[in-house]
Amino acid sequence: MAEKILMIALSPTMEEGTISAWKVKEGDEVKNGALLCEVETDKAVMEYESPVNGTVLKILLEAGGSAKIGELIAVVGKPGENIDALLKEAAAAAAPAAAATPPTPDRAAPPAGPTVGTAAVSSAPPAAPAGPAALERAAPPPPAAATAWEGPLGYGSYPRSSPLARKLARDRGLDIRSIPGTGPEGRVVRRDVEGFTGRPAPGYHAPAGAAAPEVPAAEARAPAVPGLQSQEIPVTGMRAAIARRLGESAAAPHFFLRAQVEMDSLMDARAAVNASAGEKLSLNAFFMKLAAEAIKRHPRINSTWKEKTIQIHGTVDIGLAVALPDGLITPVVRDCGGKTVSRIDAELAVLIDRARRGGLKPEEYSGATFSISNLGNYGIEEFTAIINPPGSAILALGETRREPVLGEDDELKVRRIMRMTLTCDHRTIDGAVGAAFLRDLKLMLQEPLRALV
Amino acid sequence: MPIITYREALNAALDEEMTRDDKVFLMGEEVGEYDGAYKVSKGLLDKFGPRRVLDTPITELGFTGLGVGAAMAGLRPVVEWMTHNFALLALDQVVNNAAKMRYMSGGQFTMPIVFRGPNGPAEYLAAQHSQALQSYYAHIPGLKVVAPATPYDAKGLLKSAIRDNNPVVVLEGELMYAWKGEVPEEEYLVPIGKADVKREGKDVSIITYSKPLKVVQEAAETLAGLGIEAEIVDLRSLRPLDEETVYASVRKTNRAVVVDESWPVASVGSHVAWLISRNCFDMLDAPVELVASEDVPMPYNHRLELAAQPSAAKVVAAVKKVLYRED
Repeated sequence: MAEKILMIALSPTMEEGTISAWKVKEGDEVKNGALLCEVETDKAVMEYESPVNGTVLKILLEAGGSAKIGELIAVVGKPGENIDALLKEAAAAAAPAAAATPPTPDRAAPPAGPTVGTAAVSSAPPAAPAGPAALERAAPPPPAAATAWEGPLGYGSYPRSSPLARKLARDRGLDIRSIPGTGPEGRVVRRDVEGFTGRPAPGYHAPAGAAAPEVPAAEARAPAVPGLQSQEIPVTGMRAAIARRLGESAAAPHFFLRAQVEMDSLMDARAAVNASAGEKLSLNAFFMKLAAEAIKRHPRINSTWKEKTIQIHGTVDIGLAVALPDGLITPVVRDCGGKTVSRIDAELAVLIDRARRGGLKPEEYSGATFSISNLGNYGIEEFTAIINPPGSAILALGETRREPVLGEDDELKVRRIMRMTLTCDHRTIDGAVGAAFLRDLKLMLQEPLRALV
Repeated sequence: MPIITYREALNAALDEEMTRDDKVFLMGEEVGEYDGAYKVSKGLLDKFGPRRVLDTPITELGFTGLGVGAAMAGLRPVVEWMTHNFALLALDQVVNNAAKMRYMSGGQFTMPIVFRGPNGPAEYLAAQHSQALQSYYAHIPGLKVVAPATPYDAKGLLKSAIRDNNPVVVLEGELMYAWKGEVPEEEYLVPIGKADVKREGKDVSIITYSKPLKVVQEAAETLAGLGIEAEIVDLRSLRPLDEETVYASVRKTNRAVVVDESWPVASVGSHVAWLISRNCFDMLDAPVELVASEDVPMPYNHRLELAAQPSAAKVVAAVKKVLYRED
């Protein structure tokens, strides 16, 4: 169903906003959080982010026009959706206001009244069809209530939540919909809000008078960098699980193997595939696939210590460590050896998206037979990871960067180098076994064709 | 401080008020020669004589009406009902005359009368004699209703009730008469309309009154063993109700469990639960729980009789529910 995009208060004292520029046009597909337009408030030019996924069906207020808080400025919905009723309703709501106050000369919104109707809508350009892959990847979030973050919170549009949790979220500038609930039927309760360390909601503004996060005026009073504060943070369920599992892992005698990989071939191959496919396959999907192929040749890496026996697993189920606002989780892609890179990438995208929204099911993040942790994005050269049970090994990947390398012909060459560290449980994997695996993985990463032979 | 029983505390209150004011007199079934069915009036006939301590026939409606008339005429009667189960017969006098006389006479008559006796289930008394009937009285504008749970509160509240110029229903309990507690020798009053925090805690508010206070206190001990600090609010007065003390506690703990030995429908407990939901809405982290008696006539079978009433286990379960604890 189509969502009304209303002028919202982007500063505590704002009553009216002027569109400086639209960053989307009718027919454009927008994602939740994408920039819709810039709005000049009484204080500054603020960015207005889309609260929903969909297609821009109608822009009612052109750049330069201004609207009071709560007035309709655009409609986002499904391509081809009928929004006549919605526009009529908005027109009817605007009519008394227009009659009471003289129209602003620069207001470019369509005139209020019955003329805003079918004709205007049918002339809207047909929206481009959304890519199926993109739709599959990001399940639409619960639709925002028409009154955005200001409205009463009902079960229809919002997750179950206790009144106290809603009040706390409001006070902290958090969108209750972004907080995973741990109460009955997923109810968001106090401990969830207090344990949540994510960002305030995009477009959120604190009620006037409340301690307002992200409000420019507040910066004048507050120090630029908040000082340290002594506090005790409640241990969330996730944090407790991390503590418990990594504690279990400490029982395994760890040893570490390091190797340096020339990434040029893989990076070039990926760039070529991405250029032709028009889709961006993540590097992690390649790592998972190639690790699985190397494991097929060294099944002992894919094992679990069970005191009396050692379980060698029949499929390579790889968990990828994903950082969350408070904690981390390892969504697991099953049978990476039996899947293509693009299939692994698609599954990974869905799992990561769900993980970030707190909706991962236990069977989707447990039982990894091998794990990968990639801190390359943080500029980390190399690091060691702690084994994630029930697996016996975890691969820690550092940054890929250009470095001088002395070639076999004694010439200095520039190569893209990545350093990786394999952590093994010595109860199941001996040094030579781990080393043989890591050597083959290194060769596959350097020459991906090897995975096929 | 001396430790005395609930019954002795009530006896002391009657003794002190009858000594203080010659207009105070006690009437009811067996209150004189027999020293009271539950010995609350022990020794009063000997001390104050038959003019002040009157044995009545088994006619609840009749002698309650006599009391109402005496109050209108300027005396301060204390009417003892052998139990509130029997006093259902007298309800017309209480509801239509005692509660409304001051209002309907435009203040020409006051109604300084106390109706008192055991309320709520005891043991092995079956359906007709095991009823917690406070809703009947708490429902009526013009009445005051108190339900003390300790000897200290029983003495202080009965004395306040006797001195009040409005009809006050005092809800006692057959099983509570033998309960012991500290009661000072010097005179004191417990004001009507003031709740009492019987135990401080930060994790959950348990609001109760009368006999269930004991199971709530047991539950609080169990909960303490689980690391849960329960705050116990004893309402003491049901009408007027000390809402502010309840709200202050719930605003602190964000969770409320109401424990009431009445049936759950249209009860004092359900009313308090509604008040909390209405007035502490934004401070609640969980729906308000109500632990009441099961919605059935009291079974005679003893196991079922116990199972039908609030228990410490039921209170603990309700507290875990509002704390989202599953252990």
